[in-house]
Formats: sequence, structure tokens, C-alpha cells
Amino acid sequence: MKYVISDVMTITKRQLLQLARIPELLVFSTIQPVMFVLLFRFVFGGSIETSQPGGYVQLLMPGIFVQTVAFTLASTAVGLAEDMKKGLIDRFRSLPISRGAVVIGRTFGDALLNILVLTVMAAAGYAVGWRPTSGALSIFLAFLFLFMFGYALSWIGIYVGLAVKEARTVQSVGFLVTFPLTFLSNAFAPTTGMPKALQYFAEWNPVSSMVAASRQLFGLKNEFGATANSWPSQHPLETSLLYMVLLMAIFIPLSIRKYKNTSL
Amino acid sequence: MKSVIAQHLTKTYRNGEVRALDDLSLDVEEGTVLGVLGPNGAGKTTTVRILATLLKPDSGSATVAGIDVVKHPDKVRELIGLSGQYAAVDETLTGWDNLVMFGRLYHLGKTASIKRADELLERFSLTDSARRPIKTYSGGMRRRLDLAASLIVQPKVLFLDEPTTGLDPRGRQEMWQVIQELVKGGVTLLLTTQYLEEADQLADEIAVIDHGKVIARGTSDALKKQVGGERLEITVESADIAKTQEIVSRISTSAIHTDIRTISAPVTTGSIALMDALRSLDEAKIHPLDIALKRPSLDDVFLSLTGHVAEDEVIAQPVKKKRGGKK
Repeated sequence: MKYVISDVMTITKRQLLQLARIPELLVFSTIQPVMFVLLFRFVFGGSIETSQPGGYVQLLMPGIFVQTVAFTLASTAVGLAEDMKKGLIDRFRSLPISRGAVVIGRTFGDALLNILVLTVMAAAGYAVGWRPTSGALSIFLAFLFLFMFGYALSWIGIYVGLAVKEARTVQSVGFLVTFPLTFLSNAFAPTTGMPKALQYFAEWNPVSSMVAASRQLFGLKNEFGATANSWPSQHPLETSLLYMVLLMAIFIPLSIRKYKNTSL
Repeated sequence: MKSVIAQHLTKTYRNGEVRALDDLSLDVEEGTVLGVLGPNGAGKTTTVRILATLLKPDSGSATVAGIDVVKHPDKVRELIGLSGQYAAVDETLTGWDNLVMFGRLYHLGKTASIKRADELLERFSLTDSARRPIKTYSGGMRRRLDLAASLIVQPKVLFLDEPTTGLDPRGRQEMWQVIQELVKGGVTLLLTTQYLEEADQLADEIAVIDHGKVIARGTSDALKKQVGGERLEITVESADIAKTQEIVSRISTSAIHTDIRTISAPVTTGSIALMDALRSLDEAKIHPLDIALKRPSLDDVFLSLTGHVAEDEVIAQPVKKKRGGKK
């Protein structure tokens, strides 16, 4: 057991080395979110009305931050499924390393990548007019929330990757989960325009809570939520925290057990 | 002393629909090489996966270096090396990166990991490509690197699952050389293969498995004696078959007439028998469509042991066809 930390670090380091060996990976994982920033900013930015000082981009950026970290679910799952397919996980499992090290190491690697992605996106946002108005501590807290949300979701990714196994299927499953989750929310447009049933879903959607929480922490009033007056839209910070803790409490033990028992 | 003992292993997949192992027992004497020979789907990979602690058997037991693989998998993992049919390394990383990473995962210190990586790269003639990503390696180089990764700490028992499947003849030769050197160094090795020739080259003893059972066991010589040695195979126009059979019966004691145009017969004198046959055929003005001296193949082993040829993937077929359908 005394090698847990060193095992985890070795696995995490492997992922960072991959980025160093194939810099294209790094470029592509940052290009997509930046592209989203630009597309939404200039395609929808002109037509979505908001009374927010600073315009749509202020509401948009928290939405895109959350969407991007939510995609960690898919990238973690795909990465793990590919390792399994190539037999690398078998090799790891035949080594005398601690049980959770391989999956914990992967979630750390993906989390570190998220730090970089968030930084690049913040810069892109700044370039197109995003200006958070809260204090430094609040802004830091907002990014901490985003980071933790991505981390919590990557544990679902671990479970999906282990359960589905086939990388291409995993990719589809990942998108099937994350697209509706991110769009059936307050991330890009007011939930008031949605049919009633979807409004309720959007209000209770963890993505909405996260978006509302980061808007609050970036110093905005939460204009796109608060339609159904539900508890989560009133208490975005608490709800987001609750969701994160809940997700990790369920999926960390579940995934580690699944890893132990998985055999192709 | 036996380094590996497997007793009455059974394993089914898909809730019992597919029987991969059916009461399989085998053992490997310390410091020797056991070749597990069988067609796809015979249960070779399943056996290796159970012994290497990757899979639990439904019933039966197994020990590696005296340790129970089901009860103490962690202890077994410290003592074994495993190299599978597919190079299980990180292809985006360089050979050096991979070996250092595995060194760290075997809990060698940083400097020790680097030293070991350099040593192994040198030993497996990979030093020149050490800093290239593995995806640029040839099939043979990948396998060598994979093998190197399983030798980071001197394993007590090494499992090689079809180490040369899919390699070209040159890659196969290189692999054999590397394995033979390991064997000289005294490692206990369990090797699975589909090729009789490979088992012949590398193994002290061969266990032939089919449908999840060991159906024959012995040294390569003993098995070959059972199968019969080289065979002369002649194909002629059907009008000439009677005459040809007469010629062949002078060379071999038991000419087997396999179909209307082909004769197959065991011979003991090798190429001399081939030349005799050609000479006699020429004198009789018979022009063979095809003539060859054939070594016993896996099919021949199976034919003589089971009465059926080594049907490819009979069992593997219904199993999830991942990684070439090996289960």
C-alpha cells in the first residue's frame, strides 16, 4: 500500500508524457473549446437579448466552461477504453500495483489537462469581451468549482469506459450523455423558452446548477435560470457541491470495484 | 519442483454458453519451458489469463511459484512476467518511456528504472529506436519491447501468449532467438502457440490442448513419433494414380491414397525419398502436378490425436470477438 502515491503519479505522468510526445493532442483538446467560445459568441451573441451589462458573452462563458469540463466524462471514458482494447490495462493488472492506481492516475491526468483547457478558454473569452466582475477570490472559487465538477464527471467516465469497453461506442455514449445534459440547461439560452417538462429537467440538471453557480461567482445575476423557482436555481452553490459530492461518493467506489473485477 | 500447477480448471463465458476450459490440468517444472499448443479458441489465452491473475476460474485451482493465484493474486503478480499476443504498451510513448514507466510500477527507484530500461533496450537491440514512439516500430520490435517490459524485474515465471502470432518470418526468427536466450538464462516459461514448429524450437515439453482440455502431452519428439514424421505428398493426373501409388509404396511402407489425384505417405529418409520418387516418376513418364515433402503441422498433430483437423475458432466463435477473437 505504501506505493499508492507513487503508482498514481506514474500513471498520471504517463498521460502528461503522451501530451508531450504528441503535441497535436494538446492542440486539439484546446481548439474545440476555443472554437465553441468564438462560435457562440459571434453566432448567437448578436441575437440573444440580455439585460446583462457586458452582453451575452458574460452569460455564455460560464456555460461554455461547464460544457467543456463536462466533456471530460467522454475523454476519460474513451482514453480508458482504448487502454483496455490495446491490452495495456491487462498489463497493468498483471503488475504488483495498488488496485485503484490506474484509474485514479487517469482522473488526475484528465484533471490536469482541464486546468490547461480552462486557462486557454479564459484567455479566449477575455479576447472576445468576457470580463468577470467579482473579486479575485470569487473568480478563483469559480474555477475551483469548474475543476472539481470536471473531476467528479471523469469518475463517471471511468465507469462508462470500464463498462462499455469499445472506444467508439464509448465515444457515442459519452456524447449521448453530455450533449443533452449541456444543452437542456441554462448554459446557452434561457430555460423559459423550453416546454414545461424540459424546464423542470433543466432546473434540476447539475449542469444548470454549475452554470448558475459559476455565473454567481463571476459576479453575474442568474438571468437564465430561476424560472421554476426551484430550490436548485435558488441555491446553485449548494446544489452544485451536493451533486459533486454525490457523484464522487457513488462513482469512485463503483469504478474502483469495477476495475478490480473487469476482465475482457 | 513444479513452478506452475493448474488443476481441473474450468471456465465458461456468457453464462455457461461457451466452455473455454473444461477440466484443464497442467504443470511446468521449474526452469523448463512448456509449450501449450492448440488452435484458436482451444483455451490457451484463458489458461494464461487465469495463471497470470487476470481472470478467475469457475472452478479448479492453480498455483504459481507455490502461491495460489485466486487467493493471493498480489503475491503472484510480484513473481510473474506476462507478454500477450498484442503488444500491451503505450504506443504513443517511446520505448524508453514505456520501460521506465513499467520500472516505476514495479517500484524500482527512478535511477534504477532508467538503468534497467537502458539495459533491456540494449539487450533486445532496441537502443537505436529507444527514443521513437512505439507506433513507429515494426511488429517484431513491438513484441521485443513488450517482452522487455515483462522482464523488468527478473520474473520467476514468464508467460508468453502467442509471442509470434502475426509476425513475418524474420520477426518470428528474431523473437525465437530472444526467447531461446531467456531460456538459457534458466527462466521458467509457459508459452502458448499455434505453431508446432515454434513449440518444437522453444519448448522442453508440449501440452496439446483442444476444446479446453489437454489432449496430449510429451516432448516434441514423442509427439512427432505419435503423429509420424515427414510425409511425401504427390499430386498427379487421376489416370496415373495407380502407377504412382505403386512407386510410392516402394519408398514408403504405408502409402495413403488421400483422393483421386493425391497420394500422401510417411517417409523416414527425407529428401532422399523425394529424389527417389522423382526419379521413379520420371522413368515411368509420369509428370507430377505437385510434389512436396511435408513436415507434420498442427493439423497433422490434431488429425492423429483427435481425428479432426485443428478447426479454427470453433469455440472462440461465439465468444465476443475482441482482439482477434482470442479468449
